[in-house]
Amino acid sequence: MFENKKKSKSLTPIVISNLSLLLGKTKILNKIKCKIYNESIVAVLGPNGAGKSMFLKTINGLIGIESGKINFNSREINDNIRKEIALVFQKPTLLRRSVFENMQFVLEKKNKLSNLEIMKLLQRVGLDTFKDKPARLLSGGEQQRLSLARALLINPSLLLLDEPTANLDPYSLNLIEEIILDENKKGKTIILTTHDMGQAKRLAKEILFFNKGKLLEQTNAINFFKKPKTNEAQSYINGKILL
Amino acid sequence: MILESFTHAFDLVLTLDKDFFEILLLSMKVSCLSLLLSCLVGLPIGTFLAIKSFWGRHTVLIIFNAMMGLPPVVVGLIVYLLISRSGPFGWLGVLYTPTAMIIAQMILIIPIIVSLTAQIIEEINEEYKDLFKSLVISSYKALIACLYDARYSILTVILAGFGRAISEVGAVIIVGGNIDHLTRVMTTTIALETSKGNLSLALALGIILLLIALIINLILISLKIRAKRRMYV
Repeated sequence: MFENKKKSKSLTPIVISNLSLLLGKTKILNKIKCKIYNESIVAVLGPNGAGKSMFLKTINGLIGIESGKINFNSREINDNIRKEIALVFQKPTLLRRSVFENMQFVLEKKNKLSNLEIMKLLQRVGLDTFKDKPARLLSGGEQQRLSLARALLINPSLLLLDEPTANLDPYSLNLIEEIILDENKKGKTIILTTHDMGQAKRLAKEILFFNKGKLLEQTNAINFFKKPKTNEAQSYINGKILL
Repeated sequence: MILESFTHAFDLVLTLDKDFFEILLLSMKVSCLSLLLSCLVGLPIGTFLAIKSFWGRHTVLIIFNAMMGLPPVVVGLIVYLLISRSGPFGWLGVLYTPTAMIIAQMILIIPIIVSLTAQIIEEINEEYKDLFKSLVISSYKALIACLYDARYSILTVILAGFGRAISEVGAVIIVGGNIDHLTRVMTTTIALETSKGNLSLALALGIILLLIALIINLILISLKIRAKRRMYV
């Protein structure tokens, strides 16, 4: 049912032009220009406060932009497009309900088939035995996996992951990375923020490097780690403080 | 005397004293009805204040918060002035009736329901709003989800409102008149019997009132513990 869900036109390429975001007096994003291609895994890198999370939130339409444009395959964002984008937050927001009910919440129609699909996804993230457990009693890793499963339930074309594996145990980390690769193979475009260089190397096809709200580099992942174009990126890879 | 009062209290209950049960029944009827009506008015207002942004919202919330501490006798006096024969609503002819007592109690309970509901829903809405927005959930579905997930906390608010209603004396004695077989409730009977020097009966009624309060609190605490254990609050 979910695989056959009617989809509108593809969301990619996503063309971002002159995107700026101002929060109070601080410029969070400053004239960002980039293009994200179909079925890519893009890792957004940069130090804390570089604007990575805000970048994801603006793509999701969670935060209105001050100026600039985001075009999804030549279309401006609207609710239909937004319904095909799933955002997994760094700190999972789970309803005060059971694991199963958290999954059920995102579905428009509830029936036996959808329950089956929920169970399949819970099994995939290793939470099927916890289906009746209150979601907020899960561990951090389990909560993040549930959050990812819930995002996948809507079968999005574009998956935005804000530090999906921050502070997770190796099991959860591996599982989430496997799912990311798997979903990408199925045709989903994935944009994720991370501080884990290893993860960026393992997953990303492309890197967006941010610093102080500016996009300093958009390059192929292999090239980025071999020979970054900017000094800031080189310093960041080397673990130095960016001034 | 305390022991005597306890015996008296048990006697009243065990012998199914007609007058006592009439008073108890009226107390419950007035309190439950005023609570129900207050919920019908207060819950939507509280929810609206929690989720809608509009000019003056904070002022309205401050007013409702301040009204939680309204002195009952003042409320009684104002309602009395409004519904007395010469008052603007005198034509209703509800002075010294249970209806007047319900109106007075509603004025005391509604601010509690509104303020606490607004606080609870605002907190939960703040927690969920980014998720709802990212999922492109309709405002209606989001509202229902907030209310559903806040159900235990809202139940606590309702019980707090009931506590205020059942223990109310100042306002209901003014607008109800404490008329035997008509508007005499437990609290006003206690006040009357005390003034008559019939301390044993007053204390017996007090014990029963305390028992009701105790049962309400027991329900409240057990609900909270249950909800907390399941991380639902």
